[in-house]
Amino acid sequence: MLKILKYSFYDLIRSRWTYSYGGFYLLFTLSLLWLSNDLSKVVISLMNVVLLLCPLIATMFGVMYYYNSREFTELLLAQPVRRTSIFLGQYLGVASSLSASWVIGVGLPFALYGVFGSDQAGNFAMLLFVGVVLSFVFSAIAFYIALKNENRIKGFGLAILAWLFFAVIYDGLLLLSLSLLTEYPLEKFSLIASLLNPIDLSRILILLKLDVSALMGFTGAVFRKFLGTGFGMSIAFGVLLLWVVLPVFCIKRVAGKKDF
Amino acid sequence: MISIHLLQKSFGKNHVLKGVDLTFDQPGIVAVLGPNGSGKTTIIKSILGMVLPDEGTIKVQGEDIKGKWLYRNQIAYLPQIARFPENLTVAELLRMVKDLNTGKTHDEELIKLFGLETFLDKRLGNLSGGTRQKVNLVLTFMYDCPIIIMDEPTAGLDPISLVRLKELIHNQRLIGKTILITTHVMSLVEELADEVVFLLEGHIHFRGSLKKLEEMTGEANVEKATAKLLQPPS
Repeated sequence: MLKILKYSFYDLIRSRWTYSYGGFYLLFTLSLLWLSNDLSKVVISLMNVVLLLCPLIATMFGVMYYYNSREFTELLLAQPVRRTSIFLGQYLGVASSLSASWVIGVGLPFALYGVFGSDQAGNFAMLLFVGVVLSFVFSAIAFYIALKNENRIKGFGLAILAWLFFAVIYDGLLLLSLSLLTEYPLEKFSLIASLLNPIDLSRILILLKLDVSALMGFTGAVFRKFLGTGFGMSIAFGVLLLWVVLPVFCIKRVAGKKDF
Repeated sequence: MISIHLLQKSFGKNHVLKGVDLTFDQPGIVAVLGPNGSGKTTIIKSILGMVLPDEGTIKVQGEDIKGKWLYRNQIAYLPQIARFPENLTVAELLRMVKDLNTGKTHDEELIKLFGLETFLDKRLGNLSGGTRQKVNLVLTFMYDCPIIIMDEPTAGLDPISLVRLKELIHNQRLIGKTILITTHVMSLVEELADEVVFLLEGHIHFRGSLKKLEEMTGEANVEKATAKLLQPPS
């Protein structure tokens, strides 16, 4: 698996897409830092971008890479390699090259700015971590969808739909149900609902770390109470990790049964 | 070497293989023929474990291949379409395949044979179709595998490379390998094949030497003979 990962990674870090993606983050972060001197504000601005962009690009990239490397996958399948190592290797290649673009693109300007000495180091680390996890989660979901669908158009459509669901529709439904059910105590419900969406979960983790949960009003207080504790924090991290493990497990299962 | 027993496979409603029994235990060149969609590629891919059969067993060198993967180092496979990761160079691809396999390689002789020296540092995405097929051939013949499987080996090759490929296949046969070829180029079959397997609608319609085919159909030309095989007996 490591060998496949290595070559997928080599292939990807030389692609124009990886560079433009990393370059975009680099320029964006530089301009944010240039415009504002408050590091925590920059982190919040970046958070809003990363919560939408990281999943979107990871989804697109995952689907694209899978479909583009189909014939190559066939070549690998004829080699004495375990089937699941091929797909996990390719997936990890995509996820890690995306993460590398993100970490370098955002990390470099911050490092130059001297974030590691400042009090914002922890917040910044959380931001980086969340971006990496989201890249892993959504490229896994994309890989799974692509594996399931032979038809490229359908695969692309479903992958975008998955992203749209987690990024936009889910929040809409959540807000709708909260406003319809205002008479009931909904703290637990909203807490669990947020845990079930990796994007929401990431947002909450960053906001709590930044200590601006007051912005979220009453629910913010509930989250603060729950996630502020060591127990809540470990649950949050555990669920986030589960969001990586679950699709990867599905990839493994489908890859073992598929005809090529 | 390879034995296939009652192999069945459907893709959705399309019942491609309906109980195929085949054994290849002699060294030599077998041409697997049949009209489009008769299941040639499906059989080949089943042997390689790329397609998972619904029913039936496949044994390679006496070992059931179900759930196994290491047996594939006994088989050299030339896929129909050669497409590789676009950003890797030819040399890197060769290094990768060497990384995944063990044993002695003949890549240098093969690169010389097909005149690929100048392409080694080029990215695979920038190569022409014929050159990619040559790279594909180098990958296939690089290792001394006792079994060679080729799916349309001549696609996109220029005449000189074609002659060299035929020599190469011939030499491999002389050292006692089992070689399976699927092709629609009948002159290749006439020139190389010891035996012909003719598939029709998921069954084996005919198996035997070229001579037997000639006797059965009364046609000396393989093209005409196979055409005759397709017609219902009058």
